[in-house]
Amino acid sequence: MLKATNLKITFNPCTPIETRALQGLSLEIPTGQFVTVIGTNGAGKSTFLNAVSGDLAVDSGSILIDDSEVTRLPVWQRAAKVARVFQDPMAGTCEDLTIEENMALAQCRGSKRGLSWAVKASQRDHYREHLAKLGLGLENRLTDRIGLLSGGQRQAVSLLMAALQPSRILLLDEHTAALDPRTADFVLKLTQRIVAEKQLTTMMVTHSMRQALDVGDRTVMLHQGQVVLDVSGEQRKGMDVKDLLNMFEQVRGEEISDDALLLS
Amino acid sequence: MSLFSLFGALEIGLIFSLVALGVFISFRLLRFPDLTVDGSFPLGGAVGAVCIASGMDPFLATVCATLAGAAAGVLTALLNVYLKIMDLLASILMMIALYSINLRIMGKPNIPLIMEPTVFSVLQPEWLVDYIGRPLILIVVVVFAKFGLDAYFSTQQGLAIRATGSNPRMARSQGVNTGAMIILGMAISNGLVGLAGALYAQTQGGADISMGIGTIVIGLAAVIVGESILPSRKLFMLTLAVVLGAIVYRFFIALALNSDFIGLKAQDLNLVTALLVTVALVIPLLKQRYARRKRV
Repeated sequence: MLKATNLKITFNPCTPIETRALQGLSLEIPTGQFVTVIGTNGAGKSTFLNAVSGDLAVDSGSILIDDSEVTRLPVWQRAAKVARVFQDPMAGTCEDLTIEENMALAQCRGSKRGLSWAVKASQRDHYREHLAKLGLGLENRLTDRIGLLSGGQRQAVSLLMAALQPSRILLLDEHTAALDPRTADFVLKLTQRIVAEKQLTTMMVTHSMRQALDVGDRTVMLHQGQVVLDVSGEQRKGMDVKDLLNMFEQVRGEEISDDALLLS
Repeated sequence: MSLFSLFGALEIGLIFSLVALGVFISFRLLRFPDLTVDGSFPLGGAVGAVCIASGMDPFLATVCATLAGAAAGVLTALLNVYLKIMDLLASILMMIALYSINLRIMGKPNIPLIMEPTVFSVLQPEWLVDYIGRPLILIVVVVFAKFGLDAYFSTQQGLAIRATGSNPRMARSQGVNTGAMIILGMAISNGLVGLAGALYAQTQGGADISMGIGTIVIGLAAVIVGESILPSRKLFMLTLAVVLGAIVYRFFIALALNSDFIGLKAQDLNLVTALLVTVALVIPLLKQRYARRKRV
């Protein structure tokens, strides 16, 4: 379970370029729910995600994961509870390390790193099994440097890595945005499969309204650093991109003019 | 070139392969441009020499020197991790601070070790001459260091250090305390350099305040020469390349300085180093160009 209460973050405070990225954002995600987050550029989607992961410190407010306060914890201390896939396929894996070494790094997420071998023979089979499910032939390339893989392949491995250890929340930051449409579709399907299999509590930021409505159980829209729309259940099932836009206009009294959001 | 100068080159090359391994850890694995080595090398020499001169067992003295080097690395890392001083600058600050500290430790600009026992004089059997015995002992040390590092960087902890250098953001998101890993890696790196400094002082008959000048250049030269003669991405090959690089580098230097027909003298050492590193840096570029032309 994730509970964010009244989060506030201001970039460059007291300067001409002051940006109030989060303005009292509150959101609660119950265990096992898959939430998609949309919003225009600058709505605060990525800022919110980074606040939950610990990459950005909040000015005020609190973040609870499973009733334990994590607001002031650094990224690496939250890692036991938070798994993450980045937007940039290059960001989520270590280019210089092999596929199995990357997976070994993720295998240790949340536990102490000691002096035992990082990649053990028994784990290797385990990794091979996971990779085989991707159907990309990566199971035969365990000792290849991950830098040799394509963006889509690396993103798929990142997803596997995020699910290797149990986590209380999985954060997906527009993780299909940098991929070509076919690969993006593949990674999205993989995401849905893994989330369903492991019943992960998930928050996925996306730039596409279509995707936001098609995937997951609940859709949240951010605007000017606050939650302005929150739809789920029956209401969400019958919804179209157009309905979502109408709702937004009713709530805010303004029109959305972000092409990327409308077209995709 | 005489057999004597050949073995001399091997001896110094082996000592500097420890420096090169240290430089490899900081520059390549952690991607931390660390100039501390110019200070931690003479620090190792100073601590080792002072301890031996005061009657300490030479092995214990060498261990103390290694720990002193490691402590210097930790301090540089602390300046960077906690005080947020840029890596290169933090190491420069540490380097100049160590110059004064080394003078304080020694109490004078040099400490001779001519008549004192050293790790070499203790280990070496009577019948073996210095110039053969020392390289043999050093080979054992370097092989230990090389395989030890290979093993360590294949453990969970070692992998976390490599991830910290390669992609710190990813490492943090996987639960790696990157600050602690930088401190740990810098300790190992400078510990090796301190060890090399102590061994160097014991082979050269004493420690001298100026023995550290240019250590970083020699270390980097060894890493670069090694990478160009044995290009690889595998850790085992990389450490091997670094060790070979240090030995090949010293060998070339000895060759250049001992060939009368070129007319080079000892004072040309730094010029030869600069030229050698330039050539080593250019070779991969030329290879690439040549390969491209062949393809067309």
